[in-house]
Amino acid sequence: MTKMKLSAAAAAVAMMANTAFAQTEITWWHAMGGALGETVNKIAEDFNASQSDYKITPVFKGTYEETLTAGIAAFRAGEQPNVLQVFDAGAATVIGAKGATVPVQDLLTDNGVAFDINDYISGVRYFYADSDGKMIGMPFNSSSPIMYYNMNALEKAGVTPPKTWEEFQTVTAPALKDAGYTGLSQSHLPWIFTENFMSRHDLPFATNNNGYDGTDTQILVNNDAIKAHFTAVADWKDKGYFEWFGTGWGDNQTPFEEGKVAIWLGSSGSFGGLSKKDLPFEFSATYLPYWEAVTKEPKQTFIGGASLFAMAGKSAEENKATAAFFEFLTSPETQYFWHKDTGYVPITEAAYELAKSDGHYDRMPAAEVGIQQLSLPAGDNTKGYRMGFYVQIRDVMNREYGRILTGETSVEDAFANIETEANALLAKFAKTQK
Amino acid sequence: MKRAGFTTRWLPILLLLPQLLIIFVFFYWPAGHALHSSFFLQDPFGFGSTFVGLDNYRDLAGNKEYMRIARFTLLFTLLVTFFSLAFALLLAVKADNVLRGAKTYRTLLMWVYAIAPPVAGFIGLIMFDQSWGPLTRFLQSIGWDFTLGVNFRDTATAMVIVSVWKQVPVNFIFFLSGLQSIPRSVREAAMIDNRSAAGRFWDVTFPLLAPTGFFLLITNITYSLFETFGTIDVLVKGEPGNNPMTLVYKVYVDGFRGNDLGGSSAQSVVLMVLVLALTIFQFRLVERRIHYT
Repeated sequence: MTKMKLSAAAAAVAMMANTAFAQTEITWWHAMGGALGETVNKIAEDFNASQSDYKITPVFKGTYEETLTAGIAAFRAGEQPNVLQVFDAGAATVIGAKGATVPVQDLLTDNGVAFDINDYISGVRYFYADSDGKMIGMPFNSSSPIMYYNMNALEKAGVTPPKTWEEFQTVTAPALKDAGYTGLSQSHLPWIFTENFMSRHDLPFATNNNGYDGTDTQILVNNDAIKAHFTAVADWKDKGYFEWFGTGWGDNQTPFEEGKVAIWLGSSGSFGGLSKKDLPFEFSATYLPYWEAVTKEPKQTFIGGASLFAMAGKSAEENKATAAFFEFLTSPETQYFWHKDTGYVPITEAAYELAKSDGHYDRMPAAEVGIQQLSLPAGDNTKGYRMGFYVQIRDVMNREYGRILTGETSVEDAFANIETEANALLAKFAKTQK
Repeated sequence: MKRAGFTTRWLPILLLLPQLLIIFVFFYWPAGHALHSSFFLQDPFGFGSTFVGLDNYRDLAGNKEYMRIARFTLLFTLLVTFFSLAFALLLAVKADNVLRGAKTYRTLLMWVYAIAPPVAGFIGLIMFDQSWGPLTRFLQSIGWDFTLGVNFRDTATAMVIVSVWKQVPVNFIFFLSGLQSIPRSVREAAMIDNRSAAGRFWDVTFPLLAPTGFFLLITNITYSLFETFGTIDVLVKGEPGNNPMTLVYKVYVDGFRGNDLGGSSAQSVVLMVLVLALTIFQFRLVERRIHYT
């Protein structure tokens, strides 16, 4: 009995002690697994150690899709985290639901944190902004699709990394094939060969200013340039210049790591992981090629990856903690650490300058490719895109592209299907937004 | 004969209550919700919601991709059910005749029963791996350029093989106990009448196994339709792309990946009606032909 009383008293004291040093606790749901997750945990620990008022707890919630779904379900149950990581394809869903999040720009200014959108590098500035240019989500892990190549393989074949797809199909790929390599693989057909195909060639991807200006949007994917591209890709596959190993990301990256495929299109965020692996060859990276037949002036690419949203329905106290965390996160030091460790681009000009002055790119020139590509000249259609039910639209693309590459359908039919189904999904999404 | 009964009216209701509550919470309540959501299009976060009547159902009926998935589900169910039952019956009949080391033999056959569907899927992923899977190598050695996750038919084949492999032990256990409950006298009488083992099997053993077989038929169809979810999810690595999927997986993909609650609810209602119809059909038409002893 006395023991029980004693422990009850101890518990009461502990609780009082807790309230005495009132630390505001906030949670952060993210989708960064493996080595990336460790870097996320390190950032959270550093933030907690940097001050004593707030404590952030990162929680890994699975893939990007699973994290978004978990966040939505939690929001509907009133149990949402303070910070939710949402990927590029989920942007329309979360930004469309006004009232689900506190725009990051408001959150920062309301809590006395200086905010200037021009501090952010041009490529990431407006992707997660609304049509008035107000930043809604804090770009966090921003990446861009870039071209990695096996230096030994290219040397053996006596070629340099191709600047254009014309060069790839007439010079690079045949030489690599003679040297015993499959020329090319890539890891995300909707992201690399569709969204960024539009951006790199400055082609409109959807009506309504790529979907930013309204929900009655129509996709513009069924165009001659991209159909010619996929016709060429299918042809490369027949000739042994290109191989497709399925929809999964890793299935296409592995053959590059094994040295079977000489060139791989992946994310600039893959750089950290590749560098940490003991690959049997030297690799480097450069810009995504373009079709000279389509444009003579290739443009910047869209950012991929994800951003952090401050969920609504939290106390002013907790929002203040979230603002403090965002301030810490965007500081040049944190951004540089994140960039160096993972390969994701630094999101502010200041962090980019810090990386340069520290000599990071002298040591590893390939680490700069992602941010350089995002800083290439912008065009009318390179700001980003905003389409609802986009996860499903990507699934439709993956399905049809898979059918093209396994000879089940023609390029013409596939794009007609994508257009019809995507527009039906967009119309459906518009109805949910009333 | 005296009928056993309760003296008070409330006791039986009280005893039934926990079960009824479970059925209500885990079946009727969500089913009602699904039915309700299927008439709306909802913002995923729950802000906007538009009543669309039967639009979600009309979309399904006019969607040729959905129809393609429905056809695949039908074929998949037929193949998995048939092969699971056929292999299990064959193994049970053979195991029934084994005298020496019977227990070890049976235990080994039942072992796989303890494996969860996602684990079975993962084992399938390893066996059929594109570059080093042993089964992929075997198939390639006999001239089948097998590519899991790339070719629709190859992925479908892997799904069927893994699902059957996972289900055979359950059926085996039931068939074996069914065989062992056939009286020795019946078998001996059959032995005198018919010298052919195959003839005896089809004329005597098989009809006597029918009640077990019917029960297994229903559970296997349900297994193929629903429980294979975990296997399929792992084999397509959560991203179906151009790979086959079943109706249940489609509900998940649209609802939980795509956040289209209305459309996904309509699909689950369709599925519910299908299963209801199937069950009624089975009990009305098939069970009448079965004689229980």
